[in-house]
Amino acid sequence: MTAALRFDPIRLPEKCEQLRKEVRAFLAEEIAAGTFDPHAPNREDNDAPEFSRRVGAKGWLGMTWPKKYGGQERSFLERYVVTEEMRVANAPTRRFFVADRQSGPVLLKYAPEHIKMDILPRICRGEVCFAIGMSEPNSGSDLFAAKTRATKTDDGYLINGTKIWTSSAHIADYMIAIFRTSPPTKENRRHGLTQFLVKMKQPGIQVNPIGQITGQFEFNEVVFTDYFVPDDHVLGEVDGAWKQATSELAYERSGPERFLETYYVLTELVRAVGKNPDTRSAEGIGRLVAQVHTMRRMSVSVAGMLQAGKEPVVEASIVKDIGTVWEQQLPHRVRDLAAFVEETATNRETLEKQLDFAIKTAPKLTIQGGTTEVLRGIIARGLGLR
Amino acid sequence: MAESENIVAETAEKIFADLADAQTINHDKQGAWKAPLWQALTEAGLPLSWVPDDLGGSGASLAEGFSVLNVAGRHAIAVPLAETMLAGWLLTQARIASPDGEMTVLPASPKDRITLNADGSLSGRARGVPFAKDAKHFAVLADGNGSISIALVDAAKCRIESGVGLGGDHNDTVTLDKVQPAAIKPAPKGFDQTTLMLMGGVVRSLQIAGALEAMLDISVRYSNERVAFEKKISKFQAVQHNLARLAGESAAALAAATSAADTIASANSLNNDAVFLEAASAKIRCSEAAEKGGGIAHQVHGAIGFTNEHILHRYSLRALAWRDDFGSESYWAVELGKLVAIRGADELWPLVASR
Ligand SMILES: Cc1cc2nc3c(=O)[nH]c(=O)nc-3n(C[C@H](O)[C@H](O)[C@H](O)COP(=O)(O)OP(=O)(O)OC[C@H]3O[C@@H](n4cnc5c(N)ncnc54)[C@H](O)[C@@H]3O)c2cc1C
Repeated sequence: MTAALRFDPIRLPEKCEQLRKEVRAFLAEEIAAGTFDPHAPNREDNDAPEFSRRVGAKGWLGMTWPKKYGGQERSFLERYVVTEEMRVANAPTRRFFVADRQSGPVLLKYAPEHIKMDILPRICRGEVCFAIGMSEPNSGSDLFAAKTRATKTDDGYLINGTKIWTSSAHIADYMIAIFRTSPPTKENRRHGLTQFLVKMKQPGIQVNPIGQITGQFEFNEVVFTDYFVPDDHVLGEVDGAWKQATSELAYERSGPERFLETYYVLTELVRAVGKNPDTRSAEGIGRLVAQVHTMRRMSVSVAGMLQAGKEPVVEASIVKDIGTVWEQQLPHRVRDLAAFVEETATNRETLEKQLDFAIKTAPKLTIQGGTTEVLRGIIARGLGLR
Repeated sequence: MAESENIVAETAEKIFADLADAQTINHDKQGAWKAPLWQALTEAGLPLSWVPDDLGGSGASLAEGFSVLNVAGRHAIAVPLAETMLAGWLLTQARIASPDGEMTVLPASPKDRITLNADGSLSGRARGVPFAKDAKHFAVLADGNGSISIALVDAAKCRIESGVGLGGDHNDTVTLDKVQPAAIKPAPKGFDQTTLMLMGGVVRSLQIAGALEAMLDISVRYSNERVAFEKKISKFQAVQHNLARLAGESAAALAAATSAADTIASANSLNNDAVFLEAASAKIRCSEAAEKGGGIAHQVHGAIGFTNEHILHRYSLRALAWRDDFGSESYWAVELGKLVAIRGADELWPLVASR
């Protein structure tokens, strides 16, 4: 056989289930206290600084990181449980999610010690928000076409250019960005990009909000004009960001957030059809449950591979491909299935509102974090086709 | 479980590689390969994997048997190995010893019933029974006298209307008209027709997942050989994307099937929501994968894959056929949907997350 794709049936250990109970209890308290409404994923602003601090105080940020940086040295599987429970509850995770998932691990790997000691504990306390500066107006899927320049000065770099689609840049304290430090070479067009830690809210950066079709303002254009970054804010190898950026994306691709973003409409569908669904609704719900269960089993399996120190690039891409296509179709299937649900069903109104929002959200799901087409290219490479 | 840790699956793999080469089988229209293959499987104790020593079997674990089925699926095996294993497992539930030779299970559909009459005989009809025509004995689940029984029945005492399924294998209707069983005992507490269908469904899911792995394998290989427009077709992005989707379907089927098998292998009882969710989901998701994945495999192969001469149909048609045994995906989707509805909206996520 060629590419042996194994998705072993990893089970979450018992201590994860204990943790799950704690997370559920915490979220129930927050809901009771009015921090957020679990039935309203379409809230205007998903930013909740106080909530973020309370999550940090629980020890649920930077969970897998070393204790000396404020982490808990817990497993990927434990982090998995926290993430999925937050996601399913529609908790307001915007302020901390990117830092916890992605930026923190990048700093851990590539930042100098004094920066780690400064920033990582603050991430763990839920105090800082990160943005990811990869895309540019003419560089999305083709990340390596990025042009925003970092020009060497005596003790640092001057940045000029524009990043775009930068989620949370308007509230972020930091951005991890890639900038061009030298031109690509003939042999390697990916060469010449460097990863930097950028302090937001400084002179030389202008953040311009971009409205989305959902009515929300989550991403931004970020314009750099002679913005100064000191030398010790270079992350990793100068001109070598292409290696780093691709491994960073592995963190981004297989988690529960890759198939649960529109999950709430399935819950509300089940509520709306009630205890005695007709055959059509029952069948539709059964299929969707079988699909989400399978997705989750695949995703947990990849978390197990990460925990075991493997680099499941192809497997993670498969989870993101199938997962995002699924969560994109979900609101439409739910709409089909809800067509004959009585107007008087108790939560019909909630379901309608949620569907409206989920259908508006759906188009982005197969774009953010790498498009379906790009992912399929990665899978094809893994199959030995490229 | 990694294959190298599983000597039973390795044995099966070796026997199939030696005696069930897809190309050879495909060209041999007389079926001369069947007897030596069955004999080798029997000598290795595989058909009675799930029967303990004292009941005439080889006493492999549930997990080992499940991985044999996945391997069998990868070879789209067309002898009643899965059926005999399942029959032996069913008989073992009631501690009835398994005889030698091919067996199959009835009923094979949730819609059919076999009844135990007051005089101890069995009546009823079972449709879509795989390999009934090849079987010497049937393991039968029967309803009657207010309880559920498991019986061993001599195939010669039943009426068999032979049929051929989508995959070209026997798929027969078996009628029992007051047939006296060779042995009959009560089923264990809680064991019912749903239990048998779920177990049968997981067996088929593993086979479908295996067939998809094989389809992915031969499709990737073919795309690296076939040249069009002066390039290997594997270099076309559209073809690459199709194969990436096939890999996804294959991976999903394998994940769903092995997760369900693992659940059953480590369950204390087969009568709970966890087993139901896992087994029903596996049958649903694997059946969907058979449709989508099989479709892509054919697309990649072009016309050659549509011929009798090519081996692709051995996998694609069997995977499609297996969808129908022990409850189709539509059947299980309705049942799973009903379960979810009864438990209610707020219990759905806890159920999914419990696995
Ligand atoms: C909600 C949201 C949040 C985002 N947040 C961030 C963020 O925080 N930081 C950040 O840096 N970026 C962010 N992005 C940007 C995202 O990463 C890019 O949109 C994505 O990588 C695609 O780039 P693009 O939009 O330029 O599309 P393009 O690259 O122009 O692609 C357009 C189409 O062409 C296809 N295509 C392009 N190249 C190929 C190819 N080689 N083969 C086949 N098809 C191809 C694509 O798949 C797509 O269908 C966000 C995007 C969204 C929607």
